[in-house]
Amino acid sequence: MYLKNGTILLKEPPSILSFASVVGKKEGEGPLSSYFDIVEYDTKFGEKTWEKAESKMQQIASQTALDKANLKKKDIDIMFAGDLLNQCIGSGYSARELNIPFYGLYGACSTMAESLSLASIFVSFNIVNRALALTSSHFCSAERQFRQPLEYGGQRTPTAQWTATGSGAIIVEKNCGAPYVKAVTIGKITDLGIKDISNMGAAMAPSAYNTLKSFFEDTNSKPNDYDLILTGDLGVVGSDLLIQLLLKDNIDISAVHNDCGKMLYNLKEQQVNAGGSGCGCGASVLCSLILKQIKDGILKNVLFLGTGALMSTTSTQQGESIPAIAHLVHISNDNVHIERR
Amino acid sequence: MNITPEQYQEMTKIASPNSKSYKNIPMAFLVGGLICTLGQFLNNLFISYGISTEIAGTLTSVSLIFLSALLTGLNIYKKIAKVAGAGTLVPITGFANSVVSPALEFKSEGLILGLGAKLFVISGPVIAYGTLASILYGIIYYIIKIL
Amino acid sequence: MEYLWAFIVGGILCAIGQILIDYTKLTPARILVTYVVLGVFLGGIGIYKPLIDFAGAGATVPLTGFGYLLSKGVKEAVNEHGLIGALMGGLTASSAGIAAAIFFGFIIGIIFKPKDK
Repeated sequence: MYLKNGTILLKEPPSILSFASVVGKKEGEGPLSSYFDIVEYDTKFGEKTWEKAESKMQQIASQTALDKANLKKKDIDIMFAGDLLNQCIGSGYSARELNIPFYGLYGACSTMAESLSLASIFVSFNIVNRALALTSSHFCSAERQFRQPLEYGGQRTPTAQWTATGSGAIIVEKNCGAPYVKAVTIGKITDLGIKDISNMGAAMAPSAYNTLKSFFEDTNSKPNDYDLILTGDLGVVGSDLLIQLLLKDNIDISAVHNDCGKMLYNLKEQQVNAGGSGCGCGASVLCSLILKQIKDGILKNVLFLGTGALMSTTSTQQGESIPAIAHLVHISNDNVHIERR
Repeated sequence: MNITPEQYQEMTKIASPNSKSYKNIPMAFLVGGLICTLGQFLNNLFISYGISTEIAGTLTSVSLIFLSALLTGLNIYKKIAKVAGAGTLVPITGFANSVVSPALEFKSEGLILGLGAKLFVISGPVIAYGTLASILYGIIYYIIKIL
Repeated sequence: MEYLWAFIVGGILCAIGQILIDYTKLTPARILVTYVVLGVFLGGIGIYKPLIDFAGAGATVPLTGFGYLLSKGVKEAVNEHGLIGALMGGLTASSAGIAAAIFFGFIIGIIFKPKDK
């Protein structure tokens, strides 16, 4: 059912059958270390290039998710995958290995929410039986594409975020128990004129605000109806701005809000400035601690908001501002269908 | 959304922490000063071996470039740069780092289109605009001379 | 004393760079271009030479010194060859630095592997 602000209520909420996360060394040294399925200390994953390493990481994540559900590749009907690399080569090459019907996505750091939304919609509306949502980001491949060579000596500004090395895979199927995906909200591009690529959290916060407001209006719910509103990944600066923006409308999420970029690392000791970012940041936090806690009933209702800054090196050099997007997924421990109120 | 881009810029400015200049500037001074002192030491060393002032200066630059290149390869230069900032950027060692780091990074795209083409991807503008400025100066100097 | 002045003047030139990084929107690449062009300018109007006499490596090692070298080379070439010297002098004077960076860049690039942070 499509509501006017972009929310789709999934009448028969599909289950998250299986999920898996793979991360690199730095993430493995962070506070969530014990929740990841695989921590790989060789961030090249035994490959020759960083790009191949990223693709390999996706393959490991998807294989782990398949193994956990006792499934084979051929049991998956469709996969939605994306990453940060030009032309999404990380996903293209992993889809070549997986040999599953494939839609490639680009949503920058919002890709986990985007791919999970699409997978849930396809399953909920009986288009397919089983769908795979898969994303990744790799610090080294992102850094060399968007910023400077790895060995270049430079300082990061305090607002800069650290691209996570990580991948998350989720398999969606009907009637397999909690967690359930109850609703998704498709984001609109929001751009309040931020141009500083070292402050992506600030660029993305307004889009998170827009999507959250749309969802609250469409479902007539309020922040306290949820145990956790999880953005991925606004970092410290963006989280602060999102809370402020919503407070202007008398919506207070501060008690239930957290951000994947703030959770993945020990911000101070690991020197990641404003926090983590990248598709792999939201994906690895969601596909470890969060989905596990929803499955176990520790968290009952979670709004996962993937936020993406959709600029490119070209648009940045041409002086354009950063268009940002935020997609929302409502994940729940129960499958009681939400009525349109 | 009940907020203008201008208001949001203002909000962002307040929410964004500033650089730790109280730490950055003294560190830049210290490390930059030390690199120059090392240069002075090398220069005096070459001169003490009876090398002419001009060649000693060139040898000093080349030695510093070599040192920086080696430290870049050993993954040490960027660690110093993280605390030193402009202290490792402004000296000639920073120039060397900006040539060596893309060489290292982009060799995965091949020796010609990767390493070769990307060698000056960061330092290219420095050479280009330095040379352009010197040509302009040369023309002005010539005109003043013949007048 | 010459070590002290090299340290202080070199340090100040770097500290100015840091101030530009922290307090302006200038990117490091723009700051370096500014330094080199400034070095050419200060060399051209005859201010940089006295600074080098005073501070030695404190003035030659920072990138302004690279700019000074370009201006010095151009001046000598114009004196010797006339107008065509404007095209010859700069790169000639700075050739060792650029060639060394290319040479060591190539060698290091071949030998070492990029590492994760």
